[in-house]
Amino acid sequence: MELINQHTKKIMEGCKARALDAGLSFDKESLEYIVTNRDLLELSPKLMIPTLYDYWVHDVEVLKEKGKYELYPSNPYETVINTRPAISFYNDNNPDWLNVMIFYHVLAHIDFFQNNYFYRHTWDYDFTGQALSDKRMIAALRSEKGRWVDYVIEFARGIDNLVGYHRELSQKEKPHQTRREKQLDYYFDEFLQKIKEVNTSTYIKEINRYNQCIAKTGSKGEDVFFAEVHKKNPEFKALFEKHLKKKTKHSGDLIDFLTENSRFLNQEENQWMTSVMEVVRNTSIFFQPQIRTKIMNEGWASYWHSTLFLQDDRINGHEVEFARVDSGVTSMPRVGLNPYALGMRLFEFIERCADQGRYSFDFQRLNDAHQRRNYDGHTGQGRDYIFELRQYLNDFMFINTFMDQDFMDRYKLFVAGRRLNQERMVWQYYVKSRKAEDYKEMILNQLYHPPHIDIDMIKTKSNHLYLNHQFEGKPLVTEYIANTMLGLEFLWGGPVMLETSEVKTSAAPQETRMLPGLAAPAKEEKPPPKIEWQRVLYTMENRKLKKANI
Amino acid sequence: MHRKPADNASLKQSTENRGSDNLGDATAMKTDLYKRFKELKQRGLSPEREAKMRQEMASPSTHSIDPLAGMSAAGCYRRALMGLYDTSDLMMLQNMAETPRSYVSRIRSIDELLERDRQREKDGFPRKIRVGRLIKPGKGGKEKIVVVPTTVEEKFVHDPSFKSKQEGDSQGGAGDGEEGEVIGEQPVRPDQSQPGSGPGEGDDGQHDLESSAYDLGKILTEKFELPNLKDKGKKRSLTRYTYDLTDKNRGFGQVLDKKATLRKIVETNISLGRIPDVAQIDPTQFLITPDDKIYRILSREKDYESQAMVFFLRDYSGSMMGKSTELVVAQHVLIYSWLLYQYARQVETRFILHDTEAKEVPDFYTYYNSTVAGGTQVSSAYKLVNEIVSQENLVQDYNIYIFHGTDGDDWDTDGKQSLPELEKMLNYANRVGISIAEHASAKSGNTEVQRYLKKSKLLETKAKLLRLDVMSEDADEPRLIEGIKTLISE
Repeated sequence: MELINQHTKKIMEGCKARALDAGLSFDKESLEYIVTNRDLLELSPKLMIPTLYDYWVHDVEVLKEKGKYELYPSNPYETVINTRPAISFYNDNNPDWLNVMIFYHVLAHIDFFQNNYFYRHTWDYDFTGQALSDKRMIAALRSEKGRWVDYVIEFARGIDNLVGYHRELSQKEKPHQTRREKQLDYYFDEFLQKIKEVNTSTYIKEINRYNQCIAKTGSKGEDVFFAEVHKKNPEFKALFEKHLKKKTKHSGDLIDFLTENSRFLNQEENQWMTSVMEVVRNTSIFFQPQIRTKIMNEGWASYWHSTLFLQDDRINGHEVEFARVDSGVTSMPRVGLNPYALGMRLFEFIERCADQGRYSFDFQRLNDAHQRRNYDGHTGQGRDYIFELRQYLNDFMFINTFMDQDFMDRYKLFVAGRRLNQERMVWQYYVKSRKAEDYKEMILNQLYHPPHIDIDMIKTKSNHLYLNHQFEGKPLVTEYIANTMLGLEFLWGGPVMLETSEVKTSAAPQETRMLPGLAAPAKEEKPPPKIEWQRVLYTMENRKLKKANI
Repeated sequence: MHRKPADNASLKQSTENRGSDNLGDATAMKTDLYKRFKELKQRGLSPEREAKMRQEMASPSTHSIDPLAGMSAAGCYRRALMGLYDTSDLMMLQNMAETPRSYVSRIRSIDELLERDRQREKDGFPRKIRVGRLIKPGKGGKEKIVVVPTTVEEKFVHDPSFKSKQEGDSQGGAGDGEEGEVIGEQPVRPDQSQPGSGPGEGDDGQHDLESSAYDLGKILTEKFELPNLKDKGKKRSLTRYTYDLTDKNRGFGQVLDKKATLRKIVETNISLGRIPDVAQIDPTQFLITPDDKIYRILSREKDYESQAMVFFLRDYSGSMMGKSTELVVAQHVLIYSWLLYQYARQVETRFILHDTEAKEVPDFYTYYNSTVAGGTQVSSAYKLVNEIVSQENLVQDYNIYIFHGTDGDDWDTDGKQSLPELEKMLNYANRVGISIAEHASAKSGNTEVQRYLKKSKLLETKAKLLRLDVMSEDADEPRLIEGIKTLISE
């Protein structure tokens, strides 16, 4: 791995100046390295972070047939990583014009990393630096504790997809709360609902009383209101104080919870394990936004590399070569999804619509198809609009908000279905639907979504941990449950329970084969039998897994 | 079978032609099958049995070498289409993609990995390394197998193979076409010559470690503690030599062979007439020439080793469609590798495929890649083995192993024909191992083969010689190896 030469760096700096002029914003510093295939071998298991901690699984081929992206939500072949300064990787024989295109692509990614709020938690530090010190710490521990370090890494990685990323994010950019505001929040959000468990009408009565107090006495209203509260609930004050103290660290995710509450981990001789777990957790949190903004990020980068490349005066004469590479990246496949193409088209479409002022009430209330088609408010705000989107949205919001029928029709998109043709033993692909709702649903179904697994605080006792899988229509991969829970049991130091849902009967649709002498089975897709779900409880105790229906 | 789509008219025609060509053989075969089926039906069949048989007869009616041949198993799993997260910048923009890891680093690490795995077990955690996932038998008897040490990082994740009703098998698409219109086709089992749809996937984008079957056998023996074989004592000369003082030489040499020398001297003296009375010999009167001295000198000796002959029998009837075949063949590869190691490569293999007829095929390649079709008659294969063994008089020189993989289906419902053949086999075989890969849809433990084996009590009376392993068709690798242990343990 070596830095790109001065000639290429100069090209990069030229690209930066042009990108900044176009409105992108990113740190001035960046590092570009030439990588060989050999380097990639080492980098890709480490998710392109050269300083990531060592772990033996990185040396082994990992089976990913079951849930590749569920298990490894981060991209092992990223060209640019979200560090300070941002580091990007290049093939050493790229021609200059190609580098110009890639540089623009990379710069747009950097702009996205550094401005999209879903990356907020990565803005304040350099991950490679952090990773380096973590790596050293783990290496030092390994020399002392040997293989047990790897067990802890393994078990922590087993639950690193359940990290409280959104909670972590919500801690950032939080407006400062005064004590009074906290008291108010506590009273209405926690005290009334969780401790008093009042019914709705009482709750609304309290809100009304609060509003009346404010209306009557103005700024003193809150004091008046709380004077009454204190009188009615003498315990409130003490509880609130306690709440203030407790609330210093909100531990919602499993790794944090174990760190704080596991008796095993809190034994003197096991304390070191919590630092290893913390490293695994931080690494996971760092990578969380990447897969949640794949369509936007790639779309944004593709949008900018096409826009800026064609404006660049230095690459005259390479338009055809560019067109060839660019179309390879950003063409819509006949069947399949290409986040580059989809994201870019959506950005372009939104920009055009916003330019014409179509995201306005005036347009929305038009019913006449002809008028809608020809509507143009000439607002010219398209660019600003997409800049705003890249700041505040992630893939889910992006697709859910902007994927509409006009977009579908314009780019002739459809949902492709697949069915088996028994006679010819081929899969047939067919146009299943051209409705925007169907297309949107198809994409949303494919977006990364880890299972939602809570700690059930009521059922969790001092010696056993009770996890509750909030079922969302998809079962967990059963083969993985045993080993994941084994790791949890080790870290928790006691029995672990997991409540989840499974298919009640093996309602696998029977394959219908042709029988001679009988008419060929009808070709229409039969609706699959209705699936019945059964709530089950897995218990891992003494490294033995038990399963029971609830 | 690649044709340009533009060639549409000719494509259609040629498909038809091909179809009718096949039809010739197929019809002949079908009538034959149908005759047999009718016979059976006359003797009485339960409705389920009849449906099953009909199903088998309906399956593509000729055996052919799978076009997939030579493609590794992992390839089959690869998704044919690019999904949302299948792309990356290095691949898309710079055409840099996964490159296979260097050979050396992997070989070094496999021992380390196995050591780590053993340690895991000692620490009370289940083993994590799997090997032998992939099989790539080469043509012409080349024992080429792909070993990839693999592992899984388990987490709580949603099962991606689970599809809810609405979701179905949907993908994105773009371009023209009415709703409902078919826009393309793809063979169910992708052809290898067809490169992946994305850039950088032209080659087989995975990390292979090609190693000989022998190495795999070693790993299996050491890692999975498969039993070591006893030397059964049958000898057969090989082209290996040891050196020993066994040759005799007159006149000079390393060690004087006193007995032989004395004999020679007596012989000489008799012919000289110096021993008039045989009962009364006076050795002091012997005349001795230097030529009479017999010495032993170093000589090249042939070495003798036990030798194994392994028969692999595979049911390739129509009912073996899909996973059951994969499973059976995978298990046979592992057994083959293990025997290869146990007998220090001195293993000869014979491959037999059967539906209602059995035939011997020349190499593992054909054995592995032949596609399924037709009905099932287990006895045909057993009979063929017995014939081969008696014709070639193999019993004399070989330890004979017979492994049979099937889904347990047999048109010979109560084993009237199979059992006598099986018993005959048990007379000479060192081990007969039958593995049944049950279909997921079937009731467990209720296949014909298993039933008649149980009834025959052979499993108990000849427990040392006959083994049965029944697994469901979605068994995983550890289960397979567990099965091998059952089949080959003492």
